[in-house]
Amino acid sequence: MTQTVRVKTLMPPGHVRTPAYLRGKIGVIERSLGAFPNPEDLAYGHSAAAKPLHRVRFTMAEVWGDAAENPDDTLDAEIYEHWLDPCDAP
Amino acid sequence: MFDPENPARRWHDMGGNAAGPVPTDQHDFSMWEKRVDALMIIGSAKGYFTVDGLRRVLEDMGEDAFEKMTYYERWIASVNQNLIEGGAYTTAQLAEKMAQVAARGDTYGDAAKPT
Amino acid sequence: MPHDHHDHLSPSGHPYRADDDTSLSYWQTMEIAVRELLVENGVTTAAEIAVQIETMDARNPSNGAKVVARAWADPAFHAALMDNAGDATRDMGFDIGPLKLIAVENTADVHNMIVCTLCSCYPRNLLGLPPDWYKSRAYRSRTVREPRSVLAEFGVNLADTTQVRVHDSTADMRYIVIPARPQGTENMSQTELAALVTRDSMIGTGVAKTP
Repeated sequence: MTQTVRVKTLMPPGHVRTPAYLRGKIGVIERSLGAFPNPEDLAYGHSAAAKPLHRVRFTMAEVWGDAAENPDDTLDAEIYEHWLDPCDAP
Repeated sequence: MFDPENPARRWHDMGGNAAGPVPTDQHDFSMWEKRVDALMIIGSAKGYFTVDGLRRVLEDMGEDAFEKMTYYERWIASVNQNLIEGGAYTTAQLAEKMAQVAARGDTYGDAAKPT
Repeated sequence: MPHDHHDHLSPSGHPYRADDDTSLSYWQTMEIAVRELLVENGVTTAAEIAVQIETMDARNPSNGAKVVARAWADPAFHAALMDNAGDATRDMGFDIGPLKLIAVENTADVHNMIVCTLCSCYPRNLLGLPPDWYKSRAYRSRTVREPRSVLAEFGVNLADTTQVRVHDSTADMRYIVIPARPQGTENMSQTELAALVTRDSMIGTGVAKTP
């Protein structure tokens, strides 16, 4: 997985663990956590394939633009790899 | 709050929304709330559902439930839904049992004592 | 009046709310019915439920405070905790079950705080059940966008030069903040140090007390 990633902009109606405020935002993988059963399957009682999970760090400037309290503050979130696309650094 | 401009965004996904001051009220958990918590842990530990199943039903219950029900009221509703889906008991069994419980008395203490 | 737990104090030392004596609610009726059905159908037992409640009651912020105090005082433990906080905490003897824990450390230049915007994930197997404000719409909504304003409401005012790192517990990890060790504590024992560590300081909405 590349270090710089963009969160997919998809907005499916079901149970997912990718917050809306991070969709489309570019961050850097802070650490990779291994693979975990996909919550999108577990939520509906299905057997779940293990999916790679990463901690991604975003700057507040990237997430909120000019509305950020302090552009250099950061936001870390755990995002499943199937929600991430490789991308160039912003 | 539901946003017609962005119908795909679900109510529970609230990070970044404007909101008032963080409330400082704190309550001690009552026995019935602790029992709900224990039933959630036991039900999931025994494979009847997962924490994601708990969350899925909480999300599907909607924003009105979030605003009008307490935390553990929402949890018992979701735990029950998940246990029925997982086959721990049937809706008919639940209906019979709830009627029996309600007939035991007017307080939690009375109703919680099996006859 | 019925009191099936009148002698019990909550972990905070207060009596449990007097739910026995208020009128029976629909949701309480459901809880009793679900519990009895699970026992009758052989899914669980009354004893197992009681043990689970006792287990959760034993989990409270003082456990986390002992972990923090040891991290301040014991460099080898500090290294182990930062590498894998779940294993380090288990090795210390705490019953945290399968909890996957990450420790994030405050320094002179960095302040960490924890939130769960999607629900209310919390390191409950170490710190016990979360405070009500942690589950509130206001905390869940605002913390990722205006952490400094939220911190100010908790009485934590940071210099502009301090970087705030917000951690949104969106998936399988849970987080504990290791607050900065207060000055003037060089000669204190781990027991004395632990008394300085508040619940909020381990969520990041507070700092450790000064002696």
